[in-house]
Amino acid sequence: MISLSRSQSAVGIITPMKLTLAEVEHIAQLARLELTTAEKELYRQQLSAILDYAARLQALDTSGIPPTASVLPPRSVLREDLPRPGLPIEDVLRNAAQTEDRQFRVPPVLE
Amino acid sequence: MTALHQLTAREALEGLALGKFSSMELTRACIRQIDRLEPGVRAFITRTSEQALSQALAADTFRAAARQSGQPVPPLLGLPLVVKDILAMAGVRCTCGSRILEHFVPPYTATCVQRLLDAGVVVLGKSNTDEYAMGSSTENSAYGRTFNPWDMSRVPGGSSGGSAAAVAARMTPVALGTDTGGSVRQPASYCGVTGIKTTYGRVSRYGLVAYGSSLDSVGAFGRTAEDTALLFSVMAGHDPLDATSMDVPVPAIKLGDTPDLKGLRVGVPREYFISGMQPEVENGVKQAVKQLAALGASVREVHLPHTEYALPVYYLIAPAEASANLARYDGIRFGERKDADAIWEVFYRTRGAGFGPEVKRRIMLGTYALSAGYYDAYYGQAQKVRTLIKRDFETAFQSVDVIATPVAPTTAFRAGEHSNDPLAMYLEDVFTLPCNLAGVPGLAFPVGFDKAGLPVGMQLMGPHFREDVLFRTAHAYQQVTDWHQRVPELAK
Repeated sequence: MISLSRSQSAVGIITPMKLTLAEVEHIAQLARLELTTAEKELYRQQLSAILDYAARLQALDTSGIPPTASVLPPRSVLREDLPRPGLPIEDVLRNAAQTEDRQFRVPPVLE
Repeated sequence: MTALHQLTAREALEGLALGKFSSMELTRACIRQIDRLEPGVRAFITRTSEQALSQALAADTFRAAARQSGQPVPPLLGLPLVVKDILAMAGVRCTCGSRILEHFVPPYTATCVQRLLDAGVVVLGKSNTDEYAMGSSTENSAYGRTFNPWDMSRVPGGSSGGSAAAVAARMTPVALGTDTGGSVRQPASYCGVTGIKTTYGRVSRYGLVAYGSSLDSVGAFGRTAEDTALLFSVMAGHDPLDATSMDVPVPAIKLGDTPDLKGLRVGVPREYFISGMQPEVENGVKQAVKQLAALGASVREVHLPHTEYALPVYYLIAPAEASANLARYDGIRFGERKDADAIWEVFYRTRGAGFGPEVKRRIMLGTYALSAGYYDAYYGQAQKVRTLIKRDFETAFQSVDVIATPVAPTTAFRAGEHSNDPLAMYLEDVFTLPCNLAGVPGLAFPVGFDKAGLPVGMQLMGPHFREDVLFRTAHAYQQVTDWHQRVPELAK
């Protein structure tokens, strides 16, 4: 039974999820997100609470259950490989922060 | 005569067809209502009044010419519409409620919007949304919160809160929303309007800015089920530009004049009536189910035993998909950029500065759920439990045609009430998430009011591609009740 209270312990086998600051920094690095010190501590606490709540899924026996990645029936979607006009380059470049010679301009990728 | 902005879409289209008023007059009436109420309600991120008036003029010209020549006119000719600011319209900025897209002007138009434009609609503007549709209150918008027209201290729900509030405030007869975990149905419920979340694969997602790609569905708001069906009929159907759009015939939605639900089997799942929910919500929904029975439907209990797992499943799968989808905002091809010497620093700084707190939270959560060492335990397990939730619905729909539940455990909550507690905010979605995980259609509509005068909503869910049953059921209910006709005091 669901309850709007989350204090109930759905599972006894999982120890409360506590993320470390180092783990938060690692995730932020994977996600390419610059976080302030305050944000890191906030997300450490909030993600711990959310993951703790999500841990109740571990209690379900899902052996033999296939994963659902899409609710649609599995099928291949194919079309004729025909040339067709794309968007005008000017329209596409209009939203870029920096352009040069009808291309996106970025800082050096290699030193 | 009723003021033009108070008309439903059906009434407006009838009036236009009979020449009782022009689209210019109708559009001007809506714009005047927006001018009057928008400073308080704040339903819009971008208004497109001038463009709307030229579309209205073109509609009137077209209708006059068609009348001369005896030609048919497109089905929604001259009808005003509001579009959620997460659906692309060429030439109109699309912010997704995010600072990072403050100046983004899409070079193309979403298929669902294009189909409505081809059918003759007049677009009044782009409505406010939680950033990238992540939220249940429209408080997570970089452009400020939207206010609930029934009580300005309350949220309109979310994430399509701007569209729901605009329809409730009689600024527009109809509006578009999107629904990934309840983002059409919950604001419809909180604002006392009708909202349809379509079957996954029914309406093209081309031009809908992606959040959770296996869950995102286009939806529509109106004041009646009939009005949302009008938009649905135009938007639905296969689109080669979206590989997940299904080539399934779209039935003509025939809504009769006599409310008769004989033969309809309604299922009520025990799992959706839980401890801690507002008694007026529970009572309102139970009364509405009785009303369906009085119209001839048979009511039985059904079981959706994995309902309690929908919340943790959703809040792993949706953020995981979001973390991948939002990787594209790196400051290079579009969006605001924070410059730095090295490209990696550009990514970090651009994303750190451009995204708001809820978006960052979900990107972090999703990245964690997909990261090495945790993938199987979190994302993999969530996908398997999603299968169990989907099977619950398949089993239930073997014995019933439609499932009736509350939309949310409470009526509209106060602004700021859940601001510091994301998990409490997520719990608002507990009854709307399963529908997205199973990919089935859902419809929300008002079935009463609580003591504070806030609307109570009911949700109907149907099998895949059976939106027609939801429209028919809600239409019959609305023919014998008047909850959907109540107008917020400020909008009168």
